[in-house]
Amino acid sequence: MASGDVWILGIKMTKFGKRPDDDTVGLAAEAALAALDDGGVTMQDMGVLAAGNLMGRGGIGQALQKQIGQTGIPVYNVANACATGATALRTVVMAIKAGECDMGLAVGVEKLAGAGLLGASGRKKDSDTWQPQGRQGAIMDLDGRVGTENMPGTFAQVGMEYGHRYGGVDFELFARISEKNHKHSTLNPLAAYSKAMSLEQIMNDVMIAYPNTRPMCSANCDGAAAAVLVSDAKLKTLDPDQRRRAVKIAASVLTTDPYEPGCQVLPDVNTLTRNAAKQAYDQAGVSPDDLDLVELHDCFATAELVHYDNLMLCPEGGAVDFFKSGAPWRDGRMPVNVSGGLQSKGHPIAATGIANVWEVCHHLRGEAGDRQIEGAKVGLAHVIGLGSACGVHILEKAA
Amino acid sequence: MGTAVAARVPLVDYLVLEPEPHLVAQECTSCGARFFDHRVACANCFAREFRPVDIATTGEVASFTIVTFAAPGVPVPFVAAVVDCDGTWVRANLVDVEADPSKVWLGMKVKLSTFPLGTDSEGTEAVGFGFAPAE
Repeated sequence: MASGDVWILGIKMTKFGKRPDDDTVGLAAEAALAALDDGGVTMQDMGVLAAGNLMGRGGIGQALQKQIGQTGIPVYNVANACATGATALRTVVMAIKAGECDMGLAVGVEKLAGAGLLGASGRKKDSDTWQPQGRQGAIMDLDGRVGTENMPGTFAQVGMEYGHRYGGVDFELFARISEKNHKHSTLNPLAAYSKAMSLEQIMNDVMIAYPNTRPMCSANCDGAAAAVLVSDAKLKTLDPDQRRRAVKIAASVLTTDPYEPGCQVLPDVNTLTRNAAKQAYDQAGVSPDDLDLVELHDCFATAELVHYDNLMLCPEGGAVDFFKSGAPWRDGRMPVNVSGGLQSKGHPIAATGIANVWEVCHHLRGEAGDRQIEGAKVGLAHVIGLGSACGVHILEKAA
Repeated sequence: MGTAVAARVPLVDYLVLEPEPHLVAQECTSCGARFFDHRVACANCFAREFRPVDIATTGEVASFTIVTFAAPGVPVPFVAAVVDCDGTWVRANLVDVEADPSKVWLGMKVKLSTFPLGTDSEGTEAVGFGFAPAE
C-alpha cells in the first residue's frame, strides 16, 4: 500500500562560485543531468519539470529541455524571490501528490557573480517639476531618503529589531554567527568561499549596512541545483540501491507573509517562517528536538539569528542564548548551516532552495565526507524570499 | 500685499506640512490597520474604507541600520530606522545625528523633523522628513 509520500530519488548542486565559462542554461543542465544520474533515471521518466531562474527573462524550463531532452512534459517556470528553488521543488511535490505523474524534476539556477547590491532600483527623472507618483505620491526615489530599500539594510534592521524586543544583540554577536558559517564552509568543496575568517577579519571588513560587514552578507555567485522526485508507489518498483539512497520529504510547506502591524514598514520575515515551521513539524510529525541538522536562510548574519527563533530551535526570545551556548556549531546540539550557509557557500538565488535540500540529503545519505553529521536521520531546509515567501522542507532518511 | 509664499510639496503624500508637519496614515475603518500607501482594500480584514489619521510626531527607535553601501546616486552613510510612533511603525531616516553606531541606539527618543530637498523649475520647494534626537 503506497503512503502518498514523495521522495527525493536524485539530487545534486553544482560547484558554487564564479563560473564565467558557463551560461545559465548550461549550469541548469549540469545540475539536472547530475540529479538524473544520481537517481538512476532519465528525462524519459520525468512527468513534470519545474524550473526557476530569477534574474533571467523567463522560460528557463523550456530552454533547459532543449539541452537535456524535449519530451513534451508540462513545464512550470516559477519565480518566488529567494524561495524560488523551494517553490520549484514544491511544485513537483504537488504534481506527484495530485497523481498527475510519478516522477518529476525541479531545477533552480542563477548567474549572480559580481551582481553587487540587490534590492533597490533607481527611477528615471522625466520632468523638471515635482510629479507625485505611485501609491505614496512620492516625488523622488525614496531609497536613502525614507529609510533603506536595499537587502543588507533591510535585514540589518530585522536583526536589530529582534534586539529591540529581546535585548542582547551587538555587532560582535552577529559577526560571531558569520565566523561560524565561514568556518563550516572550510569542509565544503562546493562552497563559493571556503576560507575560515577570524572574528577580527569579519568585523574589520567593509561595512555594508551596520551591523553587517561584507562577509556577513550572502555571497552573490553562480550555481545550480536540481532534484528528481518520485512517488512512494513508484519508488517501491525501483532497485534496492535507489530505494536505500532515497530521502523522504516528510514535510513540504510554502507560506507567504500574513498581515502584521508594521509589515509595510519593515518586512516581517518572522511570522511566515514561524507559520511554515509549525506546519512542517505537524506534517512530519517531528519536533525541533528531533532535527539532526538545519540549513536556514542566512542571507545576512542578522537574519540567521531571528530564524533560530522562528524555526523554534530555541524558546521564544532565546536566540542569543541559543547561539552563545554553541548549539548551532557543527559539533553543537543543533548544527545550523554546516554547508557554510549563504554567507560562505554562496547564494545563487533560485538554486538556494534546492541546494540546501541537497546539503541535508547529503548528510542523511551518509555521503557528506569530512563534514558529515554522524548518524543524521532528520533535517530541515528553510528559505525565505522578501515579498515574502517562505519554504520549509523536512527530510528523513529512508528507514 | 505680502510677498508670495513659495509653494511647497511634500516628498510623499502622507507627509502633511500644514499647520505643523506631521504624517497621516490611512486607517481601515473596520479593523484599524494603518497604511502609508493607498490600498485597494485592507490587507488585514479586506474592508474597503479608510480614514486619514494623524500619526504622533514623537517616537522611539525600534530598529536601525547605518547604510554605508547603497545604490548609485544614494548618498551614504545614512541612518535608516523604524520609529515606533505611539504604536504605529514609521520608516524614516534619522537626521541631525552622526551616522555612527555609538551615537544611535535602540529605544532612542526621536521627533519628526522636516527639511528642504530642493526646488523645481517652477520654484516649488520639495520638503522631506526624518526623525531627529528628541533630547
